[in-house]
Amino acid sequence: MSLTVDDVNKIAYLARLGIDAQDTESYAKDLSGMLDLVAQMSAVNTDDVTPMAHPLDQIQRLRPDQVSETNNREAFQAIAPQVEAGLYLVPKVIE
Amino acid sequence: MHTKTIAQLAQGLRTGDYSSQELTEAYLARITQHQDLNSFITVTEHQAIAAAKQADAILAAGDAPFLTGVPIAHKDIFCTLGVKTSCGSKMLDKFISPYNATVVEKFNAAGAVSLGKLNMDEFAMGSSNETSFYGAVKNPWAIDCVPGGSSGGSAAAVAARLIPGATGTDTGGSIRQPAALCGITGLKPTYGRVSRYGMVAYASSLDQGGPMAQTAEDAALMLQAMAGFDPKDSTSVDCAVPDYSAGLNNSLAGLKIGLPKEFFDEALNSEMAATIEAAINEYKKMGAEITEVSMPNLKLAIPAYYVIAPAECSANLSRLDGVRYGHRCENPADLNDLYIRSRGEAFGTEVKRRILVGTYALSEGYYDAYYIKAQKIRRLISDDFNKALEQVDVIMGPVSPTPAFGIGEKTDDPIEMYLADIYTIAINLAGLPAMSIPAGFIDNKPVGLQIIGNYFDEAKLLNVAHQYQQVTDWHQQTPKGFE
Repeated sequence: MSLTVDDVNKIAYLARLGIDAQDTESYAKDLSGMLDLVAQMSAVNTDDVTPMAHPLDQIQRLRPDQVSETNNREAFQAIAPQVEAGLYLVPKVIE
Repeated sequence: MHTKTIAQLAQGLRTGDYSSQELTEAYLARITQHQDLNSFITVTEHQAIAAAKQADAILAAGDAPFLTGVPIAHKDIFCTLGVKTSCGSKMLDKFISPYNATVVEKFNAAGAVSLGKLNMDEFAMGSSNETSFYGAVKNPWAIDCVPGGSSGGSAAAVAARLIPGATGTDTGGSIRQPAALCGITGLKPTYGRVSRYGMVAYASSLDQGGPMAQTAEDAALMLQAMAGFDPKDSTSVDCAVPDYSAGLNNSLAGLKIGLPKEFFDEALNSEMAATIEAAINEYKKMGAEITEVSMPNLKLAIPAYYVIAPAECSANLSRLDGVRYGHRCENPADLNDLYIRSRGEAFGTEVKRRILVGTYALSEGYYDAYYIKAQKIRRLISDDFNKALEQVDVIMGPVSPTPAFGIGEKTDDPIEMYLADIYTIAINLAGLPAMSIPAGFIDNKPVGLQIIGNYFDEAKLLNVAHQYQQVTDWHQQTPKGFE
């Protein structure tokens, strides 16, 4: 499996991940190498195998629908890059 | 006193041989003296002295929890209230955690005194500690070599006797491999045994925290403090915590040890094979029986891991977007620019590689071919272990294909670096507990023996490790310059 520079740029955009233009080629090479490694999996037939999501096959635990946490808004917002009036600020998204 | 174990220190504190404050000051002095190792990211000197004074008061009053006054340190992946929790990344370089991880709370409740936060590979992605934003950690046994990773700071600090015990985390070998390369004892518990709450997530279905210390006896004491059900972690398993120290002295006569033939094939170099065989011979002398077992799907562990771990990492690290906490770029033009530049500026190359591979594997049209396929392979590997563990009590083998390698030696070739975890990764996929214990030296560099057990059988692993440490002294050796 070989990824092109274009592929890398597309994937990087999906991940909202900036990568320097001069590094794209080396990412393409490294990622292609990783996908070659991963391709060894196709040598094994797994048609009748159930995918394993949790080592102990546990299912998601549910809890009673009750308030269990205290409000920590101020502590959490104290470490935010930009807040105002209890809201997280981002660049304008609606024109 | 810095060569003493946690068990000895806890005893000495009780009998008044020294106070927690004296101990804490002595270890802090050693941390300063050996800061060239780069094993710590943050040293919390003032909090430590205050905690030590409090511990001394509790000790004086009597009925103190067992670890009261014992200095430890946390891998910088565990959130610590009011203290920087960087996860080895520029992304979280200014992140002061607003809460404690459950593991941190539990050590506090057990009376331990935290001296600070230990260096690690960025977001625990690495096998050499070289991906840290804070620079490589040096191996105290060979200063030009890596300590292993990702819990490299924890392993180096314990090996150099800067701290008697440290927390670590293990997603593909990140406790066991650095423990092996630094000549200390490390335990990766069963998945779900130790709470992941407040432990920065890398690959959520694989990550597990555990103890790193000089001896199995100390690892048992630390695990006692760490283990247990946590309603705050949805993958925590509600299963009773046994007394991990109670069975340490059980006889190993009749113990069935399985040796996977896939661990001992031609790929294992002869010196490593000879060292591991010598360790297994010690077990034979103690009355253990050796059986060959086969795990035909083991060779697929690295390929499956490098789909599952990056996929989960790409999802987990998407939370780091420059909005709620962590690094934010200057003057973003719009929301996309904010995300792209904040993440692009703050993540290192290895983290980016894994986010990209994970994003690709989860993207439309590739999900079944990569992620589902890898989860099916994961089942096959887990079945191999389950079958083997029906025949034997524990499985043994090497931890790492080689002893510590040189700093910079493998950084140009990520695939070469991934192969450093060839003997450890499958255990995470299966979710089993496993240990690394010191078992000898090659070229004056430590070698670890891996002991793998059944689900929630940590007490058995600790017993098997402790018995070996009663007849060998590899774990007591201290690197030159750190005696």
